[in-house]
Amino acid sequence: MDFTFDSEQSDLREAVRGLLERAYSDSETRRKVAANDPGFDEKTWSRLAEMGLLGLPFAEEHGGMGAGPIEVAIVAEEIGRVIAPEPFIEAVVLAGGLIAAVASDEQKGELLGAIAEGACVPTFAHAEIGTRWTPSASAVTATQAGDGWTLTGVKEPVPHGARADVLVVSAVVDGGTGLFLVQGDAAGLTRTGYRTHDGTRAANVRFDGTPAALLGTGGDQTAAIEQALAEARIAYSHEAIGAMDTALRITAEYLKTRKQFGVTLNRFQALTFRAADMYVSLELARSTALWASMVQDAGGDVASAADRARLQTSRAGRHIGKEAIQLHGGIGVTAEYSVGHYTSRLTAIDHLLGDGDFAAARLARTVAERETVDPLGAPYAPSGGVG
Amino acid sequence: MRLQLSPELEAFREEMRTFFTTQVPQEIRDKVAGHGHVSKEEYVETQRVLNAAGLAVPHWPVEWGGRDWTPLQRHIWREEMQLANVPEPLAFNASMIGPVIAAFGNQEQKERFLAKTANLDIWWCQGFSEPDAGSDLASLRTTAVRDGDDWIVNGQKTWTTLGQHADWIFCLCRTDPTAEKKQRGISLLVFPMDTPGVTLRPIELIDGGFEVNEVFFEDVRVPAENLIGEENQGWTMAKFLLGNERVGIARIGSTKRMLAQAKEHAREITVDGRPLLDDPFMAARIAELENELVALELTALRVVANSADGKPHPASSVLKLKGSELQQAATELLVDIAGPLSVASFALEGSDVPDWARVATPHYLNYRKVSIYGGSNEVQRTIIAGTILGL
Repeated sequence: MDFTFDSEQSDLREAVRGLLERAYSDSETRRKVAANDPGFDEKTWSRLAEMGLLGLPFAEEHGGMGAGPIEVAIVAEEIGRVIAPEPFIEAVVLAGGLIAAVASDEQKGELLGAIAEGACVPTFAHAEIGTRWTPSASAVTATQAGDGWTLTGVKEPVPHGARADVLVVSAVVDGGTGLFLVQGDAAGLTRTGYRTHDGTRAANVRFDGTPAALLGTGGDQTAAIEQALAEARIAYSHEAIGAMDTALRITAEYLKTRKQFGVTLNRFQALTFRAADMYVSLELARSTALWASMVQDAGGDVASAADRARLQTSRAGRHIGKEAIQLHGGIGVTAEYSVGHYTSRLTAIDHLLGDGDFAAARLARTVAERETVDPLGAPYAPSGGVG
Repeated sequence: MRLQLSPELEAFREEMRTFFTTQVPQEIRDKVAGHGHVSKEEYVETQRVLNAAGLAVPHWPVEWGGRDWTPLQRHIWREEMQLANVPEPLAFNASMIGPVIAAFGNQEQKERFLAKTANLDIWWCQGFSEPDAGSDLASLRTTAVRDGDDWIVNGQKTWTTLGQHADWIFCLCRTDPTAEKKQRGISLLVFPMDTPGVTLRPIELIDGGFEVNEVFFEDVRVPAENLIGEENQGWTMAKFLLGNERVGIARIGSTKRMLAQAKEHAREITVDGRPLLDDPFMAARIAELENELVALELTALRVVANSADGKPHPASSVLKLKGSELQQAATELLVDIAGPLSVASFALEGSDVPDWARVATPHYLNYRKVSIYGGSNEVQRTIIAGTILGL
């Protein structure tokens, strides 16, 4: 049991932090980038690729770095620290993760290297209007047509759906939910992109007999989707930790400098106590998120660990996000000032793949099955593991 | 980063688990599990069983019975003890005065007190709080005035937990009323509770129990050799002692036990023919608490792993704050599961209300104390805001 980063992981964190702090040295830069399509900075995306981060979790034989969940967590937290709008989790962890898990070797060879180089931005087109946070598809149907497949239906909101070069699409097939690849320039594909409240992008993606390639060997991929969603939920938890960390730091700084009634705000215990409670929320959430990544690394029950991380970071994110604005006062609600953007991003993270209530409900369904929870034991740590 | 315990620590955990569940008498552990009244004799018996196996004071210096364990080993020791419903070694002895004497006492005092303190041959009580010095401990007014080879102690202490069982008291006294800072004029004296001039008045608590007391001192004559550390150094020792008090105060294993009991009882109570545990709202409430407890346990593991230098990690305030809140939430949950049965607190023989439901409310009411003692949660927020956030 060890909660500390090794020296390579610490180096990775410093390198990513350096890159992102240069890219987003102030909140105005992020605001400008977010104001223009595609909602992130293509140059920063290239720099992330040069550092190897866009291929971080992929096998080396496919042009990746062969790194594990801890490294992904480190990058996600740094993204959150400056709320960089680059779609690292959406493209690399989630869409890329599905490709790495399900695709044929040939497909991996074509796609993973291109993703790692920054040449191809994939996204996972999965959300549908009228349902939420489920691993199965219902609004898009796949039909076999000769050697290939066509898709029909609508996905929305699809993160960066208008910018994406390739879409991994979940669709109804006989016996469950299949996964398909659709090229951005495919016939019968209509993409209508828009800005989201947190400054990133989403799209309505319409398939009308759109040609698609089966990802991997086909069949029902619900389990693979659930696994990828769980891994992305853990990564989002780390992005949230980074965002909360900065929101609290900015708030504490503000309390030390802003004067009212002739004194700085940190003279008011009503305010400092609330900041202390924010710290408590943050540290409890941080421990849980780090643990979930260790469970993933150890090959334990990722779905359950992800629910635990999501529940804790969701509750913490809402607490810290709302209090960060309140402790600032009016300036916290303005777009000119940074802190509100953190709250907005935390709110988006909370709803993309499942919020705290969603995770709590899932954990509640199994609460009767266990007497106690041992985070270092089964089902989280496979037995016989080496220390 | 690594999830699993090392094979050595796994073995250590197993060793602790086996010891606690086989060597400490079952009837004592059942009493702790049922939140019943643990007698003085049962505390003493348990601590002697632990001490004989070197498990009563592992955090002390090796010379005085310590084990030179890592913070993580100590954490496992404590958690397994709580999970097994073992009454922990008396805090006043094991966590408070023992470490203080070992760190600040002279050789004669160490030889005189430490072995007996570890074995609970001496039962200590804490003379810190006073009617006008609670969280603001440094305002204490009990005085000790030098008279030849003795100190003469006058004043009053309060909230003296289990003072009715105590053989000796360690007592903060004002020895220099003229000191520039009130913290600088305080000394630590120890003396027997049967010294002439010491009287004790029990305070009944809202649960109907007697665990705290007022202690009055009227011209109590204490030999000068009973001063621990140097004159007017008492505040340093008080801070050292309170820092130790915070370690392990999260009581995660104990709350885990309560949540397991809550599930068990929520299975026994049926609502419209279905177990209460199947009610989605109840299940979600337990799941939320359970998750917060996981988060706290993981935070405790992070803290112990990073406090190898022996100083409490600043985040230990998080453990006290959240640990007390979760203990209270678990006791509240048990009352709510007991529902109408929870009013039968003092039912006698002839009542059919199960024991767990009888003790639920008194336990809940009694546990309001945990966010007050050991530095109230407001003190912990002050520490977090000040030392961590720089506010």
